[in-house]
Order: sequence, then structure tokens, then C-alpha cells
Amino acid sequence: MGHETPAGDLRLANLTKRFGVFTAVDDLSLTIPQGSFFALLGASGCGKTTTLRMIAGLEQPTGGQVLLGDRDIAGLRPYKRPVNTVFQSYALFPHLDIHENVAFGLRRRGIRQVTDQVERMLALVQLEGYGRRKPAQLSGGQQQRVALARALINQPQVLLLDEPLGALDLKLRRQMQIELKRIQTEVGITFVHVTHDQEEAMTMADTVAVMNAGRIEQLGAPAELYEYPATAFVANFLGQSNLLAGDAGGHSGGDVLVAAHGSRFSVPAGRARVDRGPVFLGVRPEKLHLVGGPDQVPAGHQHVGGVVSDASYVGVSTQYLVRTAWGSELSVFAANSGVGGQLAVGATVTAHWDPRHAFVLPRESGADDQTAPLLDEPPVGVAS
Amino acid sequence: MRISRWVADRWVMGVALLVLFYLSLPILVVAGLSFNRPSSRLSYDFNEFTLDNWKQPCATSDMCDAVVRSMEIGLIATVVSTILGTLMAFALVRHGFRGRSGINGLIFLPMATPELVMGTSLLALFVAAGVPQGFWTIVIAHVMFCVSFVVVTVKARLSGMDRRLEEAAMDLYASEWQTFRRITLPLVLPGIVAAALLAFSLSFDDFIITNFNAGTTVTFPMYVWGAAQRGIPPQVNVIGTAMFVIALLLVGASSLRGRRARRAALAAPAVGAGTATSRS
Amino acid sequence: MTALAQLPTSSGEPAAAPIVRRGRYKLLPYLLLLPGAAWLLVFFALPLLQLAAASLYDPSGSLSTGYAMTWAFGNYPDALQAYWPHFVRSFAYSAIALVLALLMGYPLAYAIAQKAGRWKNLLLVAVVAPMFTSFLVRTLAWKTILSDNGWLVGLLRDVHLLGPDGRLLATPVAVVLGLTYNFLPFLVLPLYASLERLDYRLLEAANDLYASPLRAFQKVTLPLSMPGLIAGTLLFFIPATGDYINAELLGTPNQYMIGNVIDSAFLVRLDYPQGAALSFLLMAAILAIVFVYLRKAGTEEVL
Repeated sequence: MGHETPAGDLRLANLTKRFGVFTAVDDLSLTIPQGSFFALLGASGCGKTTTLRMIAGLEQPTGGQVLLGDRDIAGLRPYKRPVNTVFQSYALFPHLDIHENVAFGLRRRGIRQVTDQVERMLALVQLEGYGRRKPAQLSGGQQQRVALARALINQPQVLLLDEPLGALDLKLRRQMQIELKRIQTEVGITFVHVTHDQEEAMTMADTVAVMNAGRIEQLGAPAELYEYPATAFVANFLGQSNLLAGDAGGHSGGDVLVAAHGSRFSVPAGRARVDRGPVFLGVRPEKLHLVGGPDQVPAGHQHVGGVVSDASYVGVSTQYLVRTAWGSELSVFAANSGVGGQLAVGATVTAHWDPRHAFVLPRESGADDQTAPLLDEPPVGVAS
Repeated sequence: MRISRWVADRWVMGVALLVLFYLSLPILVVAGLSFNRPSSRLSYDFNEFTLDNWKQPCATSDMCDAVVRSMEIGLIATVVSTILGTLMAFALVRHGFRGRSGINGLIFLPMATPELVMGTSLLALFVAAGVPQGFWTIVIAHVMFCVSFVVVTVKARLSGMDRRLEEAAMDLYASEWQTFRRITLPLVLPGIVAAALLAFSLSFDDFIITNFNAGTTVTFPMYVWGAAQRGIPPQVNVIGTAMFVIALLLVGASSLRGRRARRAALAAPAVGAGTATSRS
Repeated sequence: MTALAQLPTSSGEPAAAPIVRRGRYKLLPYLLLLPGAAWLLVFFALPLLQLAAASLYDPSGSLSTGYAMTWAFGNYPDALQAYWPHFVRSFAYSAIALVLALLMGYPLAYAIAQKAGRWKNLLLVAVVAPMFTSFLVRTLAWKTILSDNGWLVGLLRDVHLLGPDGRLLATPVAVVLGLTYNFLPFLVLPLYASLERLDYRLLEAANDLYASPLRAFQKVTLPLSMPGLIAGTLLFFIPATGDYINAELLGTPNQYMIGNVIDSAFLVRLDYPQGAALSFLLMAAILAIVFVYLRKAGTEEVL
């Protein structure tokens, strides 16, 4: 690895940015280990791009520090930072050819012999022979790779990517996700990737931070975030969740007891964020299974009864809505594995789950069930 | 039915071509008259074909002096107004400041004010201030009415420019000055050049404002104005035709260059396309 | 792991710099604006004040003896009384020319924007081309075209549109024709810019929704081209009203417009108070018309 520069994690300490009365980034603190692929995930307006721009030096923080190793770089001009950016929609210089675009950073630092480096960098992003073309003559995917090469050639300590794949079509995006991941492993530079696409963040990043209203809701490995979300926001933003409003009644053995809608449930203590007061009992739709009646529920599983109110066949699975006795709808994904038949709308069913797949989250008292089914977009109420 | 459809589809273009003919008729006449040996000084009719006017364009030397003077004034006014206007355009697009609407009004009003009013008011000022009128008062007046057009032209180019390009340059180790020199200036330059050409042509062709502020200095339009009473030498049409041809060649060359650059770039390497796909 | 590892190290890490205060850019916009704004203040705004002052000078003074400031507001009614026909003529000629220019310019702009295909740029150049050569030389060319011995007058006489002694030159027709010709490009270019942005599919949608071509034009094309139409008519009308070159070169003193009077007041009769009063009246009249026009075009639906 080419880490001649002193090793260092990127640390944000109490970073705050206010635009007038609007607080875009609110007292943000986090550490991004050197060499990791880190994703900042959030809806538009959550402050993720502002955070990125403060790391790049394109925005001055209102308060707090941006530390690279032990050095506070928050006050440095962008061109004084060992940080480079892949801009949203790339910002390639239209009047310079690809070679000069890639060579730009080296030339600004007074390096005269750039041809070899540029050639090697273009090879890394698989654009050999394109050096003499102008950006406008390349496809979106090719432009994206030029933007990447233009930043990487400077061997930054941190590479910032601002929605780098947003302008590409779905197929190309998937391809570039794999490509970016390959390049990151190859060069070993810290990547900080800003995106609103949860799937993109989960496939690529080692660590994902979910941002909301200028704060980090939860930070962790993708599987950890998905399997055991810390807040209702994360539970709904990353995939879908059935959140039943209930009240936790303390421990019983290794479990936390939850009373919800007249029934009693239990969840392993390791999967409960709180053990008293108003909570959400959460189960992911694919962790729910439908059977004909309570007698068919496997031992150790917990269940609620209901009526199928909607069934959408989507190929890989069938998505059911089950209306419970108290009127809420639960979302259930049944894999089309060939086991079990299709259920008709109106059928009486029992939904059951393994308590080890459920989770308990704190709930604002008064908040009702949040089962928000079939919702692909982030829920409303996110700061914009 | 078929015929009415055909007419309906094409009448607009037909009218357009007729109007273009109306617009270009005087130029054809000017070009024709440049080869005319007029029957008398005050005649405007075609009399006899000759090449003399083109062989001796400066037969009436005061006309050529006027052309040269117009060029001198045009060049100075262009340089000054392009610099002043470009600076203002940068301030307007790139910076926040107090009094923006006042500045916008100051830039817009000269374009909306009749030339006659600007010409006479400057005359009133120069007379009241006791400034003798001549070459430099013409330059001052021309800079004044060119600045607004420069601001508008450069501003359009500048505000169409993506700010992220400059951020990208700063991110790639270019200082403020290097960013301006390597990114901003090259990208705005076409707008500045267009503004300069516009300023020159406005200055070179101006009559009304010049007429009130020239004193005894004679520019080319003023020469033509005076000669219209005394009798127009046919060489005026030579100058008119030459101006037209030069301007047309400039436009043609620039569009040809643009097209060739595009084609050359497209024909450039198709190498790498294969390797890119085969390696991934 | 290969590509980057072999790259030579960059020439040292950029050293830490003190925190940059954005404050140092606070003065920059004012510095950028200063020269241009000063030029416009001194040579555009200040002269207007001087002109206003001159219009109130004692009319009995002269350039050689000097003028006294007597707040002679009477200069305005006097000037208006003496030259109101010229005012009327100026506005009438430029209004007729504007109508002619719209009739010619709208189809032209529309054809270039929507029908010209790959000839678009060529046709645009043809619109601007007249301006490549001198305004005065072009206007003089109309003298040849409209000449009593020219083919146009001959043709019109042959088809009895003109009497055997009828002429075009030295008539209002020649002046209006000259005004139309000279300022037509200023109308066409902004109009073209508006029409060029017009999505042809909107017209197809209108046709699909049972609009006849005329209705489609009235309900879709015309409203969408309004910004260009407003800009174009102003760019045409303002210089045309203040013009006196066409009246001088193509007309006779019977066709003189207010510009001719102002020109002679300042440069021949040297009657500065009257010339200044007339200039101011012209500007006020044009501003009033522009203001009313913008209010109407801006707030009400046209047609």
C-alpha cells in the first residue's frame, strides 16, 4: 500500500453547520477508520452532503473540528487538504481533454512528468486510449470513471464521493458499485460515500451511518443496521418494518416483555434497545410467516391473527397485507420458493415469527403502529 | 386537400424567405453599387460597371481617414468597455453586495434609453463642463453605451457556468488564482470575446451619439452622413461591402472551426473501447 | 494493489495554513463594480441631470453668451406647442413600422426556430447579416431601391399601384419601410430565442386536444412566446421612435421626426434649452409607453 503519508483516521468532532436559522449538520461526531469504505446514508436534505463539503473544505463549519490523524483541517482551504472529491454529476472540466482532466491535480502541485501516472490511472478505471477525448464525448459511466481517476491520482488520504452513481441508469449503477468496491480494495484509500440509495450503501460500505435532520441515527455494519435498527427512523429507512406500538414491562429471565394490543410478547434482552416504557415491537416483513391458524405456529414462535387484505405477486415473492384485529396492517413477504400455496384475499391467517428476529425500539408515547407497508421511498417527516 | 395541406405546411417558411430577401436586399444593392461608376455625384442609380472603386478604395482620402479613426475609437472603446463590463459581470454573478438592484438599473437603463437622449445629455454635460469635444469624448461616449452590452453578454455566459467546476479545481489543489486562470477564464472567454466583438461593432457603427459628441472629428458613419448631402463617393459602398464580407468570413471561420474540432475529436481514438469491456 | 503503489509520492503534503477569513472577499465586489459603475454614473446618469438642468435654462441665452438657470418650466409647453406634429409623427411612424415588423418578424422567427432544421444557423446568420455593414450605408441603399428610376417604382407604376408620377422616395412610405428594415433584427432575435424553446410536442398535444392550428397558435404558441415578443417589441420601438436617420435620408422635412428637430436644436440652431426639453419629453413619453405596456403585458392575459 502506498501510505507514505502519516496514518490517520478521519474524525469529525462536534461538527456543526448552520445556514441562518437552519441547522444542516447538528453537533456531529464520528470516526472513520483509515482504509474503510464508509457510507453516509440519508434522504435529501439530511445534511450528508453538507458534511461531505465540510470535509472537502468547500463549506466552512460553524463549529467543531475535522481531524485527519491528529491534525485539524477544518480551517484549511480545499486545495490545502489531502482530500479529493468525486462530485455529483462529476464536474469534469469541459474545455480540457480526459488526459488533462486527470492530470489537473498533479500539475497544480507542480509535477511536470504526469503522462505515466495518468496512463496508469486511466488503465485502473479501464479507460486506456481515451486521453485525447473531451468529457462531452464520453458516456455517463465513462465520465464517472474519469472523475474517479481524476481524484484518485492524487493519492488522497480520503476520497469523498457525492452521490457518484446518481446520474447513471440502474444497470450501470450496479456495475459501477462493484467496480468502485474493487478499486477501493485495490488502492486502500478511505472512501466516504454519500448516497440516498440504501441498497447502494449496503452493498458497498463496510460501515454505514444513517443520517436524519443533521444527526446520525445509527452507525454500524450494514447487516447490523438492518437486523437490529436503533430507531424507528432507521427501521423504516433501511428496508421496511412492522412496528407495533406497545409498552415494555421489564425483564423476565433473558427476555424483555412487551404488551401490545392486548397481547403479550417477549424479545431476547440483547435485541431490546429499552426495557421499560413505550416501545415499538419490530419485525421485518420477510421474518413473518403466514399459517392457517394458531395451532400451526411452531414452538417458541410468537404470533398475531388477521385477515389477508391484499396480495401482490412480485415474482421473487408475494407481498401480503394482513389486517389485524385492532385494524393495523402488517406487511408480510413470502418467498416464492415453491413451498406452500398462494393465499387468497379474505383468508383468515396467523402471522408468526421467531422472537430472536424481533427487536424493541424506544417509542415516543402516543405514537401508533408504524407498519407503513409497500413504502419504498423514505417516510415523510424527514427534514428537507 | 393535398395541395392545401402542402401550403399549410410551408407558407410560414415561404413568408420567412421573403422577409429574409427584404432584409438582404440592401446588402446586394451596396455590393452592386460598389462596382458602379455613378453618372453624377448625387445619383444613387446604377450606371456603369467598373472595378475602379475596388482598385482605389482610398481615392477620397478623407473617407479612409474616417475609417481608420473609427477603427481606433472602436478598438479603444472595446478594450475599455470589455474590461469594465467583465469586472461588473463577475461581481453581479459571483458576489453578494448591497445595492444590487441599483447597479442592475444602472446597467439596464442605457440599453433602454434612446440614443438621442444619451447623445444630447452627454453633449450638455461636456458643454457645461467646458470639455472640448473630439476623439476622446467619442471614446468616452462609446465606452458608456458598450459597457451594458458587455455586462449582459458576459453575465449570460458566467451564470451558465457550473460552480462545481471551480470547486472541483480547488479540490484538486488549484489555488483561487489558478482556478480562475485554468478553469473560470477559459470557460468564460467565449462570452468575453463575443462581448468584445459586439462592443466593437456597436462602436464602429454608431452615428447618433457620436454625432452629438464628435466636435470636428469625423468617424466613418459621420463621413457617410455628411457625404449624403454633398454626394456619396462610390467607395463608400466598397467599404460597406468589405465590412460585410469580413464579418461574414469571421462568422464562417468560427463556425467551421467549431465543427472541425467536433469532428476531429469524434474521430479520435476508438482504442480502449475494446479493452474496457474485455477487462471488466 | 499495483497501480497506485508504484506511483511516485507527491511533492510533499500541502502545509497547514491559517484559517482563511472570508472577510477578505467582502470588498472585492465593490472593487469589481467601481470602475464600470463610476463610468456609467459620470457619463450616463450625471449627463441626464445636466440635460434636465439645461431644459430649464433661460431660453433667451445662447451658447456664446452662456445660459442662466431660471427654472424656465415654460420651455416644455413651448417646445411641445412648436413641435407636437413631429412627436405625433415619430410615434405614428414607429408604431406602423412595429406592426409591419411583427407581421414579418413573427413568421420569420417561428420558421427559423421550428421549421428550419439544419438550416437554422444559416438563417440566423442571414437575419443578423445586415448588421455586419454600416447602418448608414444600408439606409442609403434604400435610396437606390426606392429611386424614381428604379425597378421597384417602375413595377408599381406598371401595375398601377402608383400613379405615373407616383414615387416612394421622399414619402412616409419610404421612412416607415426604412425603420422597419433597420430595426427588424432586434425584434426577430429575442422572439426567436423564445420560440426556439417552444416544445413542438405542446402543439401536437393541442392538436390532439381538438385545437385548430389557429387556436393552437393563440392558446399555446403566442402565450409561450410572450417574453420574447415583449423584449423584441421594446428593442424595436425604443430606437425606432428616437431615430432620425431614416427620416433624413429617405424622407423630406415633411417627414421629419422628433429626432430631426432635436438634432437641429443642438447642432444647427444651438437652442440648448429647447433641445434638452424635447429630449426629455421624448424620454418621458417612451418610458411612459414602455411602463404601461409592461404592466399590461405582464399582468393581463393577452388576447
